[in-house]
Amino acid sequence: MMSFHAYRDQWVGNVRGDILAGLVVALALIPEAIAFSIIAGVDPKIGLYASFSIAVIVAITGGRPGMISAATAATAVLMVTLVKEHGLQYLLAATVLAGLMQIVAGFLRLGYVMRFVSRSVMTGFVNALAILIFMAQLPELIGVPWLTYVMVAAGLAIIYLFPYLTKAVPSPLICIIILTGVAIGFGFDVRTVGDMGELPSTLPMFLIPDIPLTLETLMIILPYSAAVAAVGLLESLMTASIVDEFTDTTSDKNRECIGQGLANTATGFIGGMAGCAMIGQSIINVKSGGRGRLSCFCAGVFLLFMIVVLGDWVKQIPMAALVAIMIMVSIGTFSWSSIRNLKDHPRSSSVVMLATVACVVLTHNLAIGVLVGVLLSGIFFAWKISQIFRVTSTLSDDGTHRTYLVEGQIFFASADAFSAAFDFREALEKVTIDISHSHIWDISSVAALDMIVLKFRRDGAEVDIIGLNEASETIVDKLAIHDKPGALERLLGH
Amino acid sequence: MSKIIALVDGSIYAESVCDHAAWIATRTGAGVDILHVLGHRRGAGEPNNLSGNIALGARSTLLKDLSDRDAETAKVLQKSGRAILDAAKVRLEGAGIRNVSARLRIGDILEEVAEYEAEADMIVIGKRGDAADFATLDLGSNLERIVRSSSKPVFVAARAFTPVKRVLIAFDGGPSSRKAVDYVAANPLFDGLAIRLLTAGPETPENSDRLARAKATLEAAGHDVQADIVQGPADLLIASAVETDNIDLLVMGAYGHSRIRRLIIGSTTAEMIRLCKIPVLLFH
Repeated sequence: MMSFHAYRDQWVGNVRGDILAGLVVALALIPEAIAFSIIAGVDPKIGLYASFSIAVIVAITGGRPGMISAATAATAVLMVTLVKEHGLQYLLAATVLAGLMQIVAGFLRLGYVMRFVSRSVMTGFVNALAILIFMAQLPELIGVPWLTYVMVAAGLAIIYLFPYLTKAVPSPLICIIILTGVAIGFGFDVRTVGDMGELPSTLPMFLIPDIPLTLETLMIILPYSAAVAAVGLLESLMTASIVDEFTDTTSDKNRECIGQGLANTATGFIGGMAGCAMIGQSIINVKSGGRGRLSCFCAGVFLLFMIVVLGDWVKQIPMAALVAIMIMVSIGTFSWSSIRNLKDHPRSSSVVMLATVACVVLTHNLAIGVLVGVLLSGIFFAWKISQIFRVTSTLSDDGTHRTYLVEGQIFFASADAFSAAFDFREALEKVTIDISHSHIWDISSVAALDMIVLKFRRDGAEVDIIGLNEASETIVDKLAIHDKPGALERLLGH
Repeated sequence: MSKIIALVDGSIYAESVCDHAAWIATRTGAGVDILHVLGHRRGAGEPNNLSGNIALGARSTLLKDLSDRDAETAKVLQKSGRAILDAAKVRLEGAGIRNVSARLRIGDILEEVAEYEAEADMIVIGKRGDAADFATLDLGSNLERIVRSSSKPVFVAARAFTPVKRVLIAFDGGPSSRKAVDYVAANPLFDGLAIRLLTAGPETPENSDRLARAKATLEAAGHDVQADIVQGPADLLIASAVETDNIDLLVMGAYGHSRIRRLIIGSTTAEMIRLCKIPVLLFH
């Protein structure tokens, strides 16, 4: 449990840096929240309320100071069909349920499961996320007037070149101001944020999602909530590790799960959609000097303040400006070094990374990609371990007693190699199997050992197993049959 | 006594902590473990890049930037930490203490003290650290935290060391002040020092009985003891006794007797450390 002293320090330890960074992040959050609402197919205000509420609540309850949470692409893409088929109210209910699931996950300490997510899977995740964010911009880029392309290109140029002039002003803000000014000034007929739906004009209000409280409703929202909860936690915990690396500090992963859950639950009740931590925004935050809880809190508060006060101006922002910013986020999120590393890294890592990306791009569900990646890593790992396996043997001088020395891990993947390593055609009086440099892991290996012992016995040899370590001995005692009476009959009976 | 931990930092109190530690070590034959803790790096630095954009390879570039900057400050901090420790070591060895070791650690001072205090008998710390200001008489925040969490007696060093001849034990009859009396009676640190026991409060049979027992304990250990009960507010009484009696060291419990144990040091105790310009030995 964190002491009060430490918690207070996370709030006030870096006030100036946190407030400035919070401001920069808020400016970048506005276009993102609007863009992600559009992805999910709801009014921009749903994403903006969500970003406000998630940022503020996670700042208080989260386990990783310096990380930014709000409405995200990763969760928005999961809810597209729910909104299309059932409407906004079901989205809000799914958000509440996803939050509750995350709270439970936090109390079950599922944060520790993250250890099974390897670096390759993480890289695949961020790359897939970057691709998702980019793909979400395509509707704004296909079949639109040529002017849009010019504006997006100009926007990107401003974003990347303006910092050479000064780093004191966020360049995405300049991009928005200039493009909006030009579009209004020249009367360009381009799509604006106002065309995409309603913006918030008031502070968010408490409301209960208007849905029938039936089992049927639950069955509709449950799969969406489960996916949102899983993806939200995955992205949050991965972002937390990235911020851990940046700041060389540790974070409380289970507390983060609960914090995200509380934030989503509350957000559903004020008419916002589910969200989670954001990799791109967290990088921007740390880069701008944000380290404490205050920066995420400020980002949420500034965001709502600006949107309520400047709503009429925000409406006029051309979509091209938002697209430019989202392309920047996508580029910044993508791990470019992973492309370079493809040829140097072990092929299995590259396969895991690419499989993760491919699954996400196909299903639009990051959780499935991660699951596939984790399973593949597990299989590759088992395969590698099974390679480190060797059986050597020595024959006694009189030729009647052979000692086999087994080295390595005996489990399902190496059990066949284990059985094949013995020469049953050799007529022996005594066989010693020394497994002191090895470990028996599962029933496959116990069955293989049974088989070997009985085969030798049937050929008239006496078999001795030596060097079982304690764990191996337990599993052999419990499951093996070669050391129990009637072994042969039982084996043949199968 | 086997070992005392002396906590030093870059403030002027570092020297007096060493002098007090030397005095204790000389009288008891204890070794001195000097500890300087470099705080966790904040890594905050100057928020000079508010450009808010992220480009190709943003993660690796940022990570490299941050770690380079941290590495630089860490080197400087470590150098100054070593210098502080070296100065302290020289000062202690100059005072004739042979068994001196120095430790430079990174982290939270509380965790570091908790790790090492098991093998130590006493912790010596200055009234204020780098961050606190003498002019406002505020106590160092680390002092409060250590007194609160440590299970060992904490010796709070004053700004300058003066040889200790007369000791005042502020005795309220509570468990921590009874512990203080037992400690004073048993420890060679107090051999040959004049001791005054003072209880602030009404002269009830209970109070006088407790005081008499404390006095007996100390006298049995061969101390010259003066004991009295005076009615009045504890802080004022103690402060004036320190003043008029030329007391050089104040011994008291970290927590009050009758009050509910607080999250912070007892208010009288904190007030005494603040007001009296002499060292204070606190018992839990």
